[in-house]
Amino acid sequence: MEHIRLPKVENVKLLDRISHRRRRVGTLYLTATHTIFVESEAGVRNETWVLHSLVCSVDKLAATPSGCPLLIHCKNFQVLHFIISKEQECHDIHLSLQRLSQPESYDELYCFSYKPNVDEKERRQEWDFLDLKADYSRMGLPSSLWKLSPVNQHYKVSDTYPADLFVPESATPPVIVGSSKFRSRGRFPALSYYCKDNHAAICRSSQPLSGFSARCLEDEQMLEAILRSNPCSDFMYVVDTRPKLNAIANRAAGKGYENEDNYSNIKFQFVGIENIHVMRNSQQKMLEVCELRSPSMSDFLEGLESSGWLKHIKAVLDAGIFIAKAVAEEGVSVLIHCSDGWDRTSQVCSVACVLLDPYYRTLRGFMVLIEKDWVSFGHKFSHRCKHVVGDPKEVSPIIDQLLECVWQLMEQFPCAFEFNERFLITIHNHFYSCQFGNFIGNNQRERIELRVHERTHSLWSYLWANRTDYTNPLYRPNHSQTQGLLRASTSPYSFKFWKGLYNRFDHGMHPRQSVEDYLRAIQEETQQLEEQLSSHTQAIGVTEIAENLMLAIIKQCFGACYVAAE
Amino acid sequence: MSTEIMEFAELIKTPRVDGVVLHRPFMPTVEGTLCLTGHHLILSSRQDNTEELWLLHSNIDSIEKRFVGSLGHITVKCKDLRVIQLEITGMEECLNIASSIEALSTLDLVSLMYPFFYRPMFEVIEDGWNSFLPQNAFKDLESMTDEWRLSEVNKDFSLCPSYPPLVAVPKDFDDETLKKVATFRHGGRFPVLSYYHKKNGMVMMRAGQPLTGTNGRRCKEDEKLINATLRPGKRGYIIDTRAINVAQQAKARGGGFELEANYPQWRRIHKAIERYNVLQESLIKLVEACNDQSHSMDRWLSKLEASNWQTNVKEILTTACLAAQCIDREGASVLVHGTEGTDSTLQVTSLAQIILDPGCRTVKGFQSLVEREWLQAGHPFQQRCAQSAFSNSKPRHEAPVFLLFLDCVWQILRQFPCSFEFNESFLVLLFEHAYASQFGTFLGNSAAERARLCLPEKTVSLWSWVNRPQELERLTNPLYEPNSLVIWPSVAPQSLLLWEGVFLRWNRSSKCLDEAYEEMVHIIEYNKELQTKVNSLRRQLAQLETEDPLLHTP
Repeated sequence: MEHIRLPKVENVKLLDRISHRRRRVGTLYLTATHTIFVESEAGVRNETWVLHSLVCSVDKLAATPSGCPLLIHCKNFQVLHFIISKEQECHDIHLSLQRLSQPESYDELYCFSYKPNVDEKERRQEWDFLDLKADYSRMGLPSSLWKLSPVNQHYKVSDTYPADLFVPESATPPVIVGSSKFRSRGRFPALSYYCKDNHAAICRSSQPLSGFSARCLEDEQMLEAILRSNPCSDFMYVVDTRPKLNAIANRAAGKGYENEDNYSNIKFQFVGIENIHVMRNSQQKMLEVCELRSPSMSDFLEGLESSGWLKHIKAVLDAGIFIAKAVAEEGVSVLIHCSDGWDRTSQVCSVACVLLDPYYRTLRGFMVLIEKDWVSFGHKFSHRCKHVVGDPKEVSPIIDQLLECVWQLMEQFPCAFEFNERFLITIHNHFYSCQFGNFIGNNQRERIELRVHERTHSLWSYLWANRTDYTNPLYRPNHSQTQGLLRASTSPYSFKFWKGLYNRFDHGMHPRQSVEDYLRAIQEETQQLEEQLSSHTQAIGVTEIAENLMLAIIKQCFGACYVAAE
Repeated sequence: MSTEIMEFAELIKTPRVDGVVLHRPFMPTVEGTLCLTGHHLILSSRQDNTEELWLLHSNIDSIEKRFVGSLGHITVKCKDLRVIQLEITGMEECLNIASSIEALSTLDLVSLMYPFFYRPMFEVIEDGWNSFLPQNAFKDLESMTDEWRLSEVNKDFSLCPSYPPLVAVPKDFDDETLKKVATFRHGGRFPVLSYYHKKNGMVMMRAGQPLTGTNGRRCKEDEKLINATLRPGKRGYIIDTRAINVAQQAKARGGGFELEANYPQWRRIHKAIERYNVLQESLIKLVEACNDQSHSMDRWLSKLEASNWQTNVKEILTTACLAAQCIDREGASVLVHGTEGTDSTLQVTSLAQIILDPGCRTVKGFQSLVEREWLQAGHPFQQRCAQSAFSNSKPRHEAPVFLLFLDCVWQILRQFPCSFEFNESFLVLLFEHAYASQFGTFLGNSAAERARLCLPEKTVSLWSWVNRPQELERLTNPLYEPNSLVIWPSVAPQSLLLWEGVFLRWNRSSKCLDEAYEEMVHIIEYNKELQTKVNSLRRQLAQLETEDPLLHTP
């Protein structure tokens, strides 16, 4: 509370983003967690709440005759344009918000003060909702080919990896440890996905420290072990997700990529996804285009092109398709890495999984996927999403790109996903909101240190409890699109601009009628009708039985009378 | 007739070739016998369950041939944007086939067109030629207002060759005045009623440009007529679909625009909707971009942008919204014109009606709109749709004006998916038939030409075919719920999408999207089915209970 210099300002105007002439007048409040704008128009009480943790930037613009403009950009792409009449008030709000939106330590984060009306037992149960081990056993692990390795208990081998990892049965601890010493951040090759039908696996790691000529016997043995864990295949792919030039540049720093000559039976492949800095700048450029107030079609299309955003999305999807095909069609195992193996590698693993395995296209499966490839494998959420104040060069929308790849696939395969666009957008919001503990910190070790599971709530059980809002009405578990590999198109024209996310708050741009809501209402009605149908059928049955019974009685009576009369 | 058949026979150098291989999008390769008839290119595999190709020559936009040894490849590019390949062994056969197709697909003589030879294989329930008579439309108008009358001044098409014989004009103006006004408007297109907004009595009119010329000619009758459509004390808007500089330039050729000094109650607004060859160019570039196989995102986006197609869609929709806004929000009447009043004018007036009038969003209402605002209003279909995106010949009067209109309707449909009784397939169907058809509906360039060609007597109307239960079922939107409101589409670039159903139709498989549509239909059908069942059980139950008042359901 000490950061709030001014808790309340009256007579504040909130401008419509598109047409500045449209404005609402009201009171602005600052609380410890939210900025709240309450419209003072008589009648409706219209409130706009913005979490401080969602605020990306606060800018005070040059004062105008009508007041002092304050522009707030949010990480969920909401843009708020306030006009505060007094310069001093604007100044105070500006400073307060700047501080409030940039927590200096994890303890300031909203998740540690967010207390919904849930008792401790239920809170603890929330964290049991997802179980990664259950997903591995769904894949058929451990098995005779893959084992759960205790080597990273207490994060001794790699402090950014999870404690529990699956490795090839033949990989001994010395091989693993040796390999980890030859990999950036100790991120040795570990299993991400296993296809029990054909034994092909997706493994992930960081780059090897190969420099220009360095070798590591254990690392070579590690890859050999991965290859041997797929008895049906005599080679494996090693996919470096970076552009070749970047990988070559890394060699000068003693890092680099695998030399095909040193590893037996690998096929090495670059897939050319750009780094976090390129992605950050690209999204920034795209958002500038989204924010243009009344762009011409050319402004928009030129801006979209020059941002390069869709090109990057296509690169990620192309890489995912390459891997999914290798696994499903060739039955070949793949090792994926980039530099550190927590950005591009996570993207590509996840996209491949979504394409390969219908389970990851379900509500629960997608949560598991994020938990597996991102949370547990140490995607640096707090750095990438700027949860706390830090190096701006660490910020990058890598996880946004995963969601977008999935959204692009949903557009191509409308019946293939159990969840809807709203599910993706809600998850996106909470990557940044810090309301739930799931994405706090940069890896498992940090979350344990922060005692996230003891102190915060989990997003996944919240989403599950509200799953009716997030269900795709066109999804049917037995539909053909729900089965097997998704054969996605990556022709440039197959990619669309995701206005649902990037122009999320520009309601006027979205379809005015939602087919999905319409179908959901119909399905709810259908459910009621099914219930009525069975109760009516029962009632008619009962009535008929009763009627027959009555007839029988009457007959008997009449019969008796008849006999008596005789 | 027999001389005509003779004529075809002369053009067909080789009527039949065996062993022709056909490649086409999303269908297995077929080998069979290729036959050329007067109007069709037919490929028959002689296997009962393989798809055969029946292609109207008039659907062929261009053909290309090349040889690899003696194997000839003919690429047939259609007006519906489909591209198919034929492999023909033997150079002579191939050349003969290619030149025959070329000749047959470029026949200019209207009377040789297929609709004059086509005999329907279905039962006509309602003759489409009589479905949308102007006098019937006027009856609806009469029930709302008595300020307009139906004039027969153009009954022999002498006053305005591109107008229908009957037009709605202000009641107090006699035919003599109309004749004077006609001399002051391009092509004799004096202002006529396009739409009456029941909610507030405002009207939309359309016309050709006024022939003011460089010295600012005036026409008192024109001024009076236009003013007469205003309510006392009300102002109106003239929407000129041309940019101000284009309108200025038109003066040098005798055209021009209304000076506000002469029409003080009217405010003139200029919008910039592109015309003719610019639009044709745009279509050609867009289709070229869609068929680019380079797989580079930058290239695709820059070609899409450079085609300007989406810009055209946005401009037309914006202008239509403006017209609708003037009428519904400002409570003002509107006069729309460009130069001739047969292209951009009709795009604007028809789209404004889609926005304003729920009636136009029904299947019949939309047909009626196409009939009134395009066919009767004199959009020169035959000239505009003579060639499509693949044409090699220099464009003369070709322009995808109607296709752009359909694209705009599709955009509104996407934004209001429950407010239209018809679905996307209906729009695609209209696109196809405007360019090549067995029906006579889109033949000719005006009502006058259609009358001369005796189309109602000699050809079948598209509407006769469409308005049968089995076709309607395919074209009806299962999500439709009548919506009596005005529907305002968003024209933000983010809201306007590429019409995949037309432009990517042959480039990407629509299987998954079709399945989604079927799934949607299934959800709705199942609901209806249950509703019927529950209702019948309810009745049964009620009956059981009344039959035997002693019994009550537990």
